[in-house]
Amino acid sequence: MTRKQRRLVLIGSSLAVLVLAVGLVLTALKDSIVFFNSPTDVIEKQVAPGARIRLGGLVKEGSIARGENLQVRFAVTDGRHTIPVTYTGLLPDLFREGQGVVTEGALDGTGTFKADSVLAKHDENYMPREVAERLKQQGHWRDDAQKKPGTAGKGSTP
Amino acid sequence: MIPELGHYALVLAFAIGVVQGFVPLYGARRDDPVLMGTAGPTAVAQFAFIAMSFAALTASYVGSDFSVVNVFENSHSLKPLIYKITGVWGNHEGSMLLWVLILALFGALVALFGGNLPAKLRANVLAVQSWIAVAFILFILTTSNPFLRIAQAPAEGRDLNPLLQDPGLAIHPPLLYVGYVGLSISFSFAIAALIEGRIDAAWARWVRPWTLLAWIFLTLGISMGSYWAYYTLGWGGWWFWDPVENASFMPWLIATALLHSAVVMEKRDALKVWTVLLAILAFSLSLIGTFLVRSGVLTSVHAFATDPTRGVFILVLLVVFIGGALALFAWRAPLLKQGGLFAPVSREGALVLNNLFLVTACGTVFVGTLYPLALEALTGEKISVGAPFFNATFGPLFLILLLAVPFGPLLAWKRGDLAGVAQRLMVAAGVGLVVMAGTFATVRGGPVLAPFVIGIAAYVIVGALIDLCERTALFRAPLRTALSRAAGLPRSAWGTMLAHLGLGVTLLGVVGETQFSSELVAQVKPGQTISLAGYDLRFDRMGTVPGPNYRDLVGQFTVQRRGEVVGVMAPSKRTFPSRSTTRTEAALMGRGFSQLYLSLGDAAPDGAIAVRLYHKPLVLLIWLGTIVMVIGGALSLTDRRLRVGAPKPAKGKPAMQPAE
Repeated sequence: MTRKQRRLVLIGSSLAVLVLAVGLVLTALKDSIVFFNSPTDVIEKQVAPGARIRLGGLVKEGSIARGENLQVRFAVTDGRHTIPVTYTGLLPDLFREGQGVVTEGALDGTGTFKADSVLAKHDENYMPREVAERLKQQGHWRDDAQKKPGTAGKGSTP
Repeated sequence: MIPELGHYALVLAFAIGVVQGFVPLYGARRDDPVLMGTAGPTAVAQFAFIAMSFAALTASYVGSDFSVVNVFENSHSLKPLIYKITGVWGNHEGSMLLWVLILALFGALVALFGGNLPAKLRANVLAVQSWIAVAFILFILTTSNPFLRIAQAPAEGRDLNPLLQDPGLAIHPPLLYVGYVGLSISFSFAIAALIEGRIDAAWARWVRPWTLLAWIFLTLGISMGSYWAYYTLGWGGWWFWDPVENASFMPWLIATALLHSAVVMEKRDALKVWTVLLAILAFSLSLIGTFLVRSGVLTSVHAFATDPTRGVFILVLLVVFIGGALALFAWRAPLLKQGGLFAPVSREGALVLNNLFLVTACGTVFVGTLYPLALEALTGEKISVGAPFFNATFGPLFLILLLAVPFGPLLAWKRGDLAGVAQRLMVAAGVGLVVMAGTFATVRGGPVLAPFVIGIAAYVIVGALIDLCERTALFRAPLRTALSRAAGLPRSAWGTMLAHLGLGVTLLGVVGETQFSSELVAQVKPGQTISLAGYDLRFDRMGTVPGPNYRDLVGQFTVQRRGEVVGVMAPSKRTFPSRSTTRTEAALMGRGFSQLYLSLGDAAPDGAIAVRLYHKPLVLLIWLGTIVMVIGGALSLTDRRLRVGAPKPAKGKPAMQPAE
């Protein structure tokens, strides 16, 4: 094999792997990404029933109702619109009324969101970033997460 | 007083770092041995001062000095001592201090054990290492000072995030940081080579042990982190393709590629420019990882900081270091003498193929991790790229790579015999096919792809063993010869064999867990029994157990199999009053390599409690495989060829020589 041929083999195989990877990435990006929506987005964009989305917002106060066999119904709200959600299974430790939540699933024909996963918040100050931003935009942001008693003294260098 | 000393020591380390960053470099330029000689002592002194600073912060934590903001926010006087200490790096400021401590440690190690490096290379490497340290110490001093005080010291601290109060936290971040930051040495070597404009096979021999060391710790750190997530988060997942996990996985992929390409460079004096580029990329991805985790662009348990000034500062560092390194590379790389080309079918060719796939696979992870951020910045559209994306892109690429893995070590350097190797791998392929068929026959239902992947795993494992048999002439020569050849094999050959074997073992665990797990979610009352995968669990009772700074609500379950009691599982809900938070403590029961996994949900008013029970076949193999890989890496690290300055191996009997 001449030098030229060897180089061609090298470049050719690199290109082949690259094309394969780009192809895989593009198909996967088409099929397996999930858009994040607030309840207002769902109403305004008229998200089709059956389309897989993430729905995020606050768990509406007083909306949690537990049924048989670990069925739970609650409502996710962003202050302007509210969407009822059903879920079957265990809820994360920090799932509470009035707290931020992100659920993943699809709308059914009646406008109820059937979630197959409810994402955990990691601690009591944590708010899913998308939720926090949407709430800020809509003026529902309560700044209590930032209120730490210690931060007042942060400027006092030794 | 102690926090002030710590702060002062950090400032001193910064000043020393500035000296270390410029004087040796100037000395190397002027060929002045005295100026170059300053690199060693300054590197050691820099490490000593950062260590003092770190010790001061640790002392403040152990002594529960709540006048320090950092201690107040992350500690509690009733916390067990171990979590007071691990709390030091359980927050943004402390973890950055640990970051620079490890960075300086590596610099000091090169200074102490790099005695036989050429003087210029050593001076340049330590200078570059110091630039990184100086930049990050400046970051800590200006935006993330852990030694700030509160004028009026509160009586009690706010306690550490309960998720982080776990033995996993004691080991996972330090291991990961040693791995992450350890790659800075390969980076510094690459930059030093570019500054000098020359590079040779010996360079690869000096870089390889450092990369290998970092790789070992990175592997351990990722594996521990995964196990930690598995048992603390309560839903039995061990890998989420979370951006933070990807941030540590990408450097691992590139470091693995670097280890392989450095072999080619060392043995065959080829692939030089490529190896230098990989060394730069590996640490660049570590920096990007630090940015992702520390800047708060992602919100997760790992992002302690959500302060934009910090994000911008790290972003600037990122641009300066990665941009600068790549610009230097573009400018100076043409100076490095190109090595020879080689036949596509050869050991070199196989290693290039390995590099090609590892780097491309890393590219897909990179796209999946950063695409959502880029899209949001450009269009404001928010998307989530989850496991399905990575399974569809990374998965196929890695499986193709695995098919090629057993070929590499069996091919000869320069010109390999593909047909001959394929013939020798027939046994492995045969075993793979038999295992595949066996799985098809015995497991009903289940995904169609799973038996194929199990077959590939078996093939990789047997392929690694065949490599060993070939080298020792087992089954061909008398056993005595084979044994003596095995004893004479270089340790790096054992290392290769074990690392590849471990890969197969991990794959087996991954398939077992992801494809054959079963799950049951139910509500149980005391006295009721639930059944899954042939196990019957009887819920005996609930009880409360107090801990030092928490309270446990424990459920006790008796586990039976075919009427025989095999053990007791006691999952709990752990409540931390100081943060009024609850954490689920899952109970795990090992059955061979498989596990039963039980975690508690909410209690209903009538005394019933929600439980989640999993049966996870072969799950322990995931981590066992990584341990095998790490042992392989460690064996390879002790190979005499890599002990710089070790005497050349004496010419022994031909039978004692490696068979290559």
